[in-house]
Amino acid sequence: MAELEILKVPDERLKRASEPVLLFDQALRDFIDDLEETRQAGPGAVGIAAPQVGWFQCIIIIDLSNTRKPVPNHGRMVLINPEIIHWEGYEMGREGCLSVPDYTGNVIRATRVSVKAQDPAGGELEYEMEGFEARALQHELDHLDGMLFIDRVVSRRTDLFRRKVYRKGGKRKG
Amino acid sequence: MNNWKMLTLVGEDRPGIVARVTDTLFRGGWTLGEASMIRLGGNFTVMMMVAGKGDVEAVLRPAASELGLHLHVAGMSGGLHRHLVPNLQVRVNGADRAGIVAQVTGALADTGFNILELESDVAGSQETPFYIMNIQGYTDATLEQVEQALQALGDIDVSVSPIETLIG
Repeated sequence: MAELEILKVPDERLKRASEPVLLFDQALRDFIDDLEETRQAGPGAVGIAAPQVGWFQCIIIIDLSNTRKPVPNHGRMVLINPEIIHWEGYEMGREGCLSVPDYTGNVIRATRVSVKAQDPAGGELEYEMEGFEARALQHELDHLDGMLFIDRVVSRRTDLFRRKVYRKGGKRKG
Repeated sequence: MNNWKMLTLVGEDRPGIVARVTDTLFRGGWTLGEASMIRLGGNFTVMMMVAGKGDVEAVLRPAASELGLHLHVAGMSGGLHRHLVPNLQVRVNGADRAGIVAQVTGALADTGFNILELESDVAGSQETPFYIMNIQGYTDATLEQVEQALQALGDIDVSVSPIETLIG
């Protein structure tokens, strides 16, 4: 296992689209181990995509099981050739990226998604995700298309999409 | 040595202010750092870090006068790459009246809340103005402690929500 070097902006390779994985061999699984080690070395990274380390295949890892505030999650997932087959809702949230040091910004993402993918042995996977986990998936999927969150940042002035019902005078219901 | 200066420009809004100002700075050998520019009450306001050699005020004065902009230049400490990531968002709205901001931010300050960004606007109409404010900041206090501090504000709707920054 080895920690890999993270590509950082303005590296042009971050704009490159990745190719589907066709061969589910030991080399793939070795790479996934290195990718996971690299994610864990990143400060607080809940996900990583193969192109972030200069490996242009459709491989992502997300793991929302260890966030500061617990969120609904499926544990650590290695998703090969992931594809969103259904999405609904949208909400704004703040994102940063291992490939974009010292910057965070607000991005609108779908609230709920269904994703189809393959596991490292080539078996079929399907998940339904919501909230922070759905956001992480969409962030990593963007990397596979050569997109970064800075390509999607919106102003807080556009935060018209209120999710919470207001409370009068800050009082809690119930 | 830190050679950043904080430049403030304010004047009646019109197209081309940013282009003219930044082009003048660029030609004068000045570089830009972080900036905040926004239209407030029909004025365009610019706060911008600039770095370079010489007298930036002399460089910019003619263009600023032509554009009808007040120009202020101040030396500053600090520099780039000092971002703090907010962990709480406070949304406030209510019928506009004097004292909303003072009360809300006073309560926040008491919890050690550091405001990193505050945007406020008056919506509604001249007859029934409606105040809307969005604050993002950092605090070591819990969300419950901040909510508790904001509870006594009566006629104002306040909601506090955590900001979880996704790193991926």
